Amino acid sequence: MSKVNINIDGIPITTDSNKTILEAALENNIYIPNLCHHEDLKPVGVCRMCMVEIEGIRGQAIACKTTVAEGMKVKIDSTEINAIRQTTLELIHANHAQDCTTCHQNNNCQLQEVTAYVGINEKRFERMRKTRPYIDIDTSNPFFNLDHNKCIMCGICVRTCDEVQGVNALDYGNRGFDTVISTFGNKPIKESICESCGECVVRCPVGALYPKLTQVPSREVKTVCTYCGVGCNIFLGVRGDKIVSSRGDRSSIVNKGRLCVKGRFGYDFVNHPDRLKVPLIKKDGVFVEATWDEALDLIATKFAAAKKEKFAAFSSARVTNEENYVVQKFTRAVMGTNNIDHCARLCHAPTVSGLVQTFGSGAMTNSIDEFLHTKTVFSIGSNTTAAHPIIALHIKQAKRNGAKIIVANPKQIDLCHHADLFLQQYPGTDVALLFGMIRVIVDEKLYDKKFISERCENFEAFITTLEDFSLESVEKITGVPQSLIAEAARMYATNGPSSIVYAMGITQHTHGTDNVLAISNLALLTGNIGKESAGVNPLRGQNNVQGACDMGALPDVYPGYQKVNIPANQQKFEAAWGVKLDDKFGITHTEIITEIEHGNIKALYQVGENPVISEADANHVKKALSKLDFFVVQDIFMTETAQFAHVILPAASFAEKDGTFTNTERRVQRVRKAIEPISESKTDWWITCQIAKRMGAQGFDFSNAEEIWKEASGLVTNYAGITYDRIDKVGLQWPCPTLEHEGTKFLHKEKFATPSGKAKFIPLTYKISTELPDKEYPLLLTTDRSLFHYHTSTMTRKVAGLRILDEEELLKINPADAKAFDVKDGDMVKVKSRRGEVEVKVKVSNICQRGVVSMTFHFFESPTNELTICAVDPIAKIPETKVCAVKIEKM
Amino acid sequence: MCECLETIFKKFKGKEEELIPLLQSVQEEAGFLSESAMRDIAKFLRIPQSKVHGVATFYAQFRFKPKGRKHIMLCRGTACHVKGAPRILEEIENHLEIKEGETSADLEHSIESVACIGACSLAPCITVNNKVHADLTPQKIEALFNKRMN
Ligand code: SF4
Ligand code: SF4
Ligand code: SF4
Ligand code: FES
Ligand code: FES
Repeated sequence: MSKVNINIDGIPITTDSNKTILEAALENNIYIPNLCHHEDLKPVGVCRMCMVEIEGIRGQAIACKTTVAEGMKVKIDSTEINAIRQTTLELIHANHAQDCTTCHQNNNCQLQEVTAYVGINEKRFERMRKTRPYIDIDTSNPFFNLDHNKCIMCGICVRTCDEVQGVNALDYGNRGFDTVISTFGNKPIKESICESCGECVVRCPVGALYPKLTQVPSREVKTVCTYCGVGCNIFLGVRGDKIVSSRGDRSSIVNKGRLCVKGRFGYDFVNHPDRLKVPLIKKDGVFVEATWDEALDLIATKFAAAKKEKFAAFSSARVTNEENYVVQKFTRAVMGTNNIDHCARLCHAPTVSGLVQTFGSGAMTNSIDEFLHTKTVFSIGSNTTAAHPIIALHIKQAKRNGAKIIVANPKQIDLCHHADLFLQQYPGTDVALLFGMIRVIVDEKLYDKKFISERCENFEAFITTLEDFSLESVEKITGVPQSLIAEAARMYATNGPSSIVYAMGITQHTHGTDNVLAISNLALLTGNIGKESAGVNPLRGQNNVQGACDMGALPDVYPGYQKVNIPANQQKFEAAWGVKLDDKFGITHTEIITEIEHGNIKALYQVGENPVISEADANHVKKALSKLDFFVVQDIFMTETAQFAHVILPAASFAEKDGTFTNTERRVQRVRKAIEPISESKTDWWITCQIAKRMGAQGFDFSNAEEIWKEASGLVTNYAGITYDRIDKVGLQWPCPTLEHEGTKFLHKEKFATPSGKAKFIPLTYKISTELPDKEYPLLLTTDRSLFHYHTSTMTRKVAGLRILDEEELLKINPADAKAFDVKDGDMVKVKSRRGEVEVKVKVSNICQRGVVSMTFHFFESPTNELTICAVDPIAKIPETKVCAVKIEKM
Repeated sequence: MCECLETIFKKFKGKEEELIPLLQSVQEEAGFLSESAMRDIAKFLRIPQSKVHGVATFYAQFRFKPKGRKHIMLCRGTACHVKGAPRILEEIENHLEIKEGETSADLEHSIESVACIGACSLAPCITVNNKVHADLTPQKIEALFNKRMN
């Protein structure tokens, strides 16, 4: 960027040549009045406040729309300019409600600021003052209001919803005197397509769009959002012992200040009265309050009697890295078993098992920020706007920058509105679809020969196995027209850098690992890997699911994916922990449930999970859990699963503890304590360490989270360079082996993490899902997510506003099927599978294709997972929650 | 999507600049712009629904409700205005219990105000289904609609 020298009111300024006069001035702390400018948005020049004079040019220039030029001399004020500004301003005030002192925006209002600068002539202003009829405030949204009477028509909200959020819920409606900011059909905001992200609210320069909760915090704490794997950086506002606000950190590379509805408004659960406050011990079938000493001593005694193969632990993708480290250390070093797993088994286990085979490492290869420069984004099996909202913003931004977007999804998801191509495959047919694309690329010789010969293995053998994937047969299997498959293949192969985004739609199948392998084959074939903005990007679901895996909360690996059955690793950890360790793999989440049912596992220690709602075939899970001799649940709320426990321990929430979360792009970020743990709750790591110590174990004398991090990072080369000091402001992405290392933006740049350093093509065959519709169960049920809820909703449903925005489970069904089964919107139906039945309301919608119905699993009243099947992927052991057969009966 | 829309869409390329002509064609065919028609237009042109709504509401020519079986056009030209059109409108609104721009729930009546209808010498005047009623007074309104309504 070249620099130019300009002069504003006699002050010399050097600035980038692409800046506007207004930007240059504001950057140099020179005020030019402005009302419709926002640094994130393109200038429109509608308010006319920023007019200036430029020497040598007649008339006035609009500073927010005029680019600087070498030698430009700018004058901000003149009698003439001020007169124009005054008149414009008086017109705005004439239509503006005048109650500043009770306005939420008071002291923070651009209109006040401009008025103070420009001044208004009261007499003239009174004459102009019209009594615009009062328009009712739109209070429909649970989190914010829109007061039209204060709106100054700057259009910032309209442009934000378009340029930042890509939703376009708002526009100007009507004209002239009657112009208002309006939704489609001028409906209340809640009934519009608004996603309640609040981005427009934070940008409104006046008090027209304002949050409902307006308590000003007394201090703010920088931390990380606790919901999804994007890991947005937030400032939690604290007043007394309560969290009263949350705002995005504009300096963060992850979210650049933006947040989704959950991150911005979903913090109420922290101070919710239902939080678990004291330890509970079940006596004669009822939970009674106990002291920490009683509870911990009881656990220590019981666990001591159920060591080795009698014990298993479920750690959690919700808690910090440090806490996961401690739980797996406890399980291995104190309980003497590798029976530890966590819910990654139910989401991205195939990512790990698949990508480790082909690339050597199972994580997002690129950074979130790199999507901005991707030329083709291929999103398959990911409802990105709902499950990873801020990553979706990056993808929409890429589109604005000229990128192409291909969406492959059995459902017509929101991202389709932005897609160039939409491939609606039948659920569970991804391998066929991906191999159809591969076949086109091979047949048309669009593959990257150089990349393949230099960096890959097994290509020759691989291409001989494509026989079965002729486009005719692929079309038959997937239901996607051949021409569309070919077009997608060409776009992906030739319009690079291309990046694949995927999530649960790929992994939650009995052939989930195959799906992941098919994706890596496609990426390797076109050389779209190991490069900036090109790669394979599994979007991890929970805030710290990446970290929980990294920390070894898995049955086959120590922290850093070091296999437990390799003697060198075993010796390393035996030396570090000072105990003998088991070299046998432990068993997985799904297998643990089965072993409990068979009576082989007697005691279960579970940190923050809710398998009764989240695990496939939930009835089977319930049956198993009730067989346990001793079951300890550690959580922040009483969950459906906790009901089965013998002891419940109250844990501290993310706002009450220090530590780190690792987001989906491998970035280790600091989580900070904003308030003291609620009531008698304790941090998870403290609790685990207490149990260990009461069992006489050594090596659990940590006095803070940082000490744990030091021990953990000392045992894993990839984290060795990450310290709390280094990530104080900005998180680092692993691998980061030394204190000098900058972290790794994208993986596999020079070589792959496989033993040979090369990536591997893996031939596959198409396998059908375990349970497909038949005469008796004619519909295919697939599962999805809502933007407004998170996982089993133990947190989001404690947030009143999120409950209002998404009240209940809905069975989404195609209009043709609705007709065939004689159901309409709002009807209650029984959905039955071979494993269970649930009652749910119908929502007729085109998002589902014919023959496919879909439900979330956010609502315990209609526990979708009582229907799903627990058939598992043979390698990753993930259950097939995306495909099972059901029937519906009208009630 | 209804067939008549599909037929109209066939005559267009699906480009954003076609929005206004498309709105006009749909209104011509259907008599008004329904929400579902505007949704379909947004989808067809691949532009946000809020934008279609914004543009449609900007122009006075578009209606968002069907016309009544008796569509009243009230002249607001200068001559009529001077001769008391506002009072006439008020009277009609009171009498039919709908406002200007609205259609009664039974779809019987709708009121629209328009510029000069070219009968200035007979001001103030209205048309009901294109038939001119001239030289009106508030008293005449009651008679006119009582007679016509039954
Ligand atoms: S609501 Fe706020 S941001 Fe939107 S146009 Fe009005 S003043 Fe501007
Ligand atoms: S809250 Fe978000 S989605 Fe809703 S109108 Fe504002 S910017 Fe658009
Ligand atoms: S996108 Fe994810 S991390 Fe970001 S605010 Fe929303 S839930 Fe939190
Ligand atoms: S800030 Fe420049 S015209 Fe509004
Ligand atoms: S002004 Fe009413 S007809 Fe001309």
